[in-house]
Amino acid sequence: MEFFTISLLNGLSYGLMLFMLSSGLTLIFSMMGVLNFAHASFYMLGAYFAFALSGRIGYWSALFIAPVLVGLIGAAFEQLCLRRVHRFGNVPELLITFGLSYLVLEVVQLVWGRNVVPYGLPTQLQGPLFTLYGTQFPKSRAFIMLVAVLMLGATWLVLQRTRIGLVIQAALTHPETVQALGHNVPRVFMLVFGGGAALAALAGVVAGNTYVTEPAMAYAVGTIIFVVVVVGGMGSLAGAFLASVLIGVVQTFAVAIDTSLADLLAVVGVQVSSGNPLAQALRLTVAQVAPMLPYLLMVLILIFRPRGLMGTRED
Amino acid sequence: MTCALELRNLCKSFGRTEIIRGANLAVQPGERVAVIGPNGAGKSTLFNLISGRLAPTSGEVLLNGTRIDGRKPFEINRLGLSRSFQITNIFPRLSVFENLRCAVLWSMGHRYTFLRFLSGLHDVNARADELLAQVGLSNKRDVQAVNLTYAEQRALEIGITIAGGAQVILLDEPTAGMSTTETARFIELIRQVTEGKTLLTVEHDMGVVFGLADKIAVVVYGEVIAFDTPEAIRANARVQEAYLGSSVAEAQGGAH
Amino acid sequence: MRAFTMTATRGRWLAWGGLAAVLVAAPLVFRSSLALNMLSQMGYLIIICLSYNLLLGQGGMLSFGHAVYTGLGGYAAVAAIGYVDGHGLAFPLALMPLVGGAMGALIAVPLGYVSTKKAGTTFAMISLGIGELVVAFAIMLPDLFGGDGGMSINRTYGKPFWGISFGPQIELYYLIAVYCFVCTALMYAFTATPLGRMLNAVRDNPERAQFVGYDTQLVRWYSFIVAGFFAGIGGALATINFEIFNAADALSSMRSGAYLLFTFLGGVTFFFGPIIGAVLMVLSTVLLSELTAAWLLYLGLVFVLMIMYAPGGVASLVMMNVQMARAGKLGRFVGLYGALLLACAVLLAGASALIEMVYHMQLSAATGSEVKYLGMRLDAATGAPWLGAAAVALAGAWAVHRVGRRLAHAWGRAQEEIEAELQRGGQA
Repeated sequence: MEFFTISLLNGLSYGLMLFMLSSGLTLIFSMMGVLNFAHASFYMLGAYFAFALSGRIGYWSALFIAPVLVGLIGAAFEQLCLRRVHRFGNVPELLITFGLSYLVLEVVQLVWGRNVVPYGLPTQLQGPLFTLYGTQFPKSRAFIMLVAVLMLGATWLVLQRTRIGLVIQAALTHPETVQALGHNVPRVFMLVFGGGAALAALAGVVAGNTYVTEPAMAYAVGTIIFVVVVVGGMGSLAGAFLASVLIGVVQTFAVAIDTSLADLLAVVGVQVSSGNPLAQALRLTVAQVAPMLPYLLMVLILIFRPRGLMGTRED
Repeated sequence: MTCALELRNLCKSFGRTEIIRGANLAVQPGERVAVIGPNGAGKSTLFNLISGRLAPTSGEVLLNGTRIDGRKPFEINRLGLSRSFQITNIFPRLSVFENLRCAVLWSMGHRYTFLRFLSGLHDVNARADELLAQVGLSNKRDVQAVNLTYAEQRALEIGITIAGGAQVILLDEPTAGMSTTETARFIELIRQVTEGKTLLTVEHDMGVVFGLADKIAVVVYGEVIAFDTPEAIRANARVQEAYLGSSVAEAQGGAH
Repeated sequence: MRAFTMTATRGRWLAWGGLAAVLVAAPLVFRSSLALNMLSQMGYLIIICLSYNLLLGQGGMLSFGHAVYTGLGGYAAVAAIGYVDGHGLAFPLALMPLVGGAMGALIAVPLGYVSTKKAGTTFAMISLGIGELVVAFAIMLPDLFGGDGGMSINRTYGKPFWGISFGPQIELYYLIAVYCFVCTALMYAFTATPLGRMLNAVRDNPERAQFVGYDTQLVRWYSFIVAGFFAGIGGALATINFEIFNAADALSSMRSGAYLLFTFLGGVTFFFGPIIGAVLMVLSTVLLSELTAAWLLYLGLVFVLMIMYAPGGVASLVMMNVQMARAGKLGRFVGLYGALLLACAVLLAGASALIEMVYHMQLSAATGSEVKYLGMRLDAATGAPWLGAAAVALAGAWAVHRVGRRLAHAWGRAQEEIEAELQRGGQA
């Protein structure tokens, strides 16, 4: 029971973090038609900037400043590079974000090295929030959930209740019309891209010290959020939410399960001998297979429900 | 005799908005039908439903007696129905000749083979050359389709549409955006290439409509309110009230 | 003597003859063992990049997971060689790449079916996900896929065939060269078949392709299998070349990314673009990486600049100039090109001085602060080299900007002239 609750909470926390990232990706994709391959790079930059800043100005200031810095970088990239490439089509747009991710990785490795950096939790976030039957639920994970909910609430408010949000919503589906009405749509694009980058960075700031901060973090989470977006349905925020939580929870549970198919077979009396060529495959525990599960889910969705859980756009 | 194309109580809604509200139509083989109606009446949606671009919410579409509603566009095309688009839909990076050749390939039974060279498919190449001459683009054979003028691209679009030898042709506003002389020439082209086939065309130019069509189908608010000869349509009170009531249309129709 | 006119047929003979001649003669011109290694790598990378472009350039399918098919092709070759060697069968090494190809095609059947259900951006993400799935799967089964140590083979297994044992690199090179020529010819032939042409049509306008009777998913799926076949051949040759298969490396997304990057750099809109890409790939990974520690950064920058200013790659730049030459107007650009080259050299000198100094300070600071650069010694601890390099870089950037604009203007004028001449010719 305690395993279940704690794992559920952990999974939810991880899933919400994934949603912080995939929501920005979905927004940018919906509005600009660009799949931002560098989204996870902004996530990584957020973590590294926060690491660099929290040494000087403290974690809580870094929490606000790091995302702003990354947002500015994102806006600059949109203005200088992405805009130029827009007229060449979707593939070059995707490729230039891919190129950016490459460059960011190189620069990060250059400045901070290839190893894990000691980006630690501030004292206020260390330790457990509560202890349930002997298992702890860390404050830091609860903080991630809090930040995620606040961030999503704020984004929803901006989109639904402010004028700029209205313009953004309209430009999501009809950019030319909005421009004809006199709004500066290119500036809106820059805002959305920069905003998406800032949100990704915020996720990085809170996740970087809860999990690990290293150059490989962008890649590790990057592929997962693409899976989230495909599983949830391209362009659907609700789908992204559902898929994020689903994948977050499934992975967290899977990592803790130590049974394998061989164990299950043993329960019904079938022993898998070592000479069996399938032995190794059958002896794989669920925990060992866990990294593969999101991709497996993606393949299954593609076979049985290609438009995703809540997708509306048919490619 | 089986109808070439039949619509039975065809309905299409997008969410809660009903666009097509029970359309009924029966087109005999060889008939040339002009589909007219006010803007927003659902003419293009009808075409999309017939050709498989959209699936109907309810109702049936029958091609030569076979149900085609809900089928994929390529299946419908293979059964003998071909269409053109209001916004030119060609293969921009292929040459004019290649465009026509691609349109011919399936109908000549070559399917997905990679074991034969295109240059060795004499039947395909001959037919593509024939089409090239028919649409009057012989001197632009190797020009990339994206580099053609607008009217030439529309001509190519027609060529692609009739290339596969389909017996039922749907043309969605073929003369959209053309000048008067271009339109006149284009009508002649359409008349020639659709000789003996069943033709449905969406048109706004009344001169074209009355000149080209054997029968006219009037679509208003997602229903076919009338389907008759041009003279009968002209005299139809409902149609006059809904569409032809303006003196401009009278003048256009009268001139042809 | 009659003047030599270039007709299409003559052009084709020249091109293919030229390729064959280069493949045959290259190791005789470049004799060092390093050169031979590089030529061997180029040989199979040409096959791989061409197979990749079958998807991207021909079919509009951007894949981030091509290493799956090259890697598994290599795996099949290694497994087959192990089996043949262990059982003393007389299956020649020369046919092993075909085993790799068969594996690549076989894997492409189910994976391609799932991948091609979607097009465009979604396809790209699916390819990434499937790539990850396969790597994770292979790493989980070290018994089957060799684990960390990989699976090694001896390519000289069995008896020599007419004195050829494939031990010496030169013998393997010629095997690679033969496969390279044949595969290039076959892939070129594919573009002239109904399936190949319909693949182009599906790329250009999938909706229209449907409305002329083709199931676009089948067109893409079948082409995917063909691409998988050639990818498998290339991957098998790669593994035979290095005599080892390491799952984590051969199937990695880094590899897929490299295929993408260099095929794009070479040029996706022309058939021969990926050939240039493969050559660039070997030159970068072997030579450039020796020259500077910052080679990945340079590569990334070149890639981004290429997308922004020349999305058709090196091949498109070449062809633009060829077309200009055919119109007889290339001569007027000689001066501007010279100026542009000079400006770029200045920019490069300044920028790379900065980059090299940064890299040195970060990675080799222990060896002192002196950086050897273009024969000079720059003390990166002082301010002067930084300011100097920055000034040079800025001057170069300004010059490139100015010359570039003049070049673009002159090019535009020349294009207009060509177009006007074409119109006049068309109306005559």
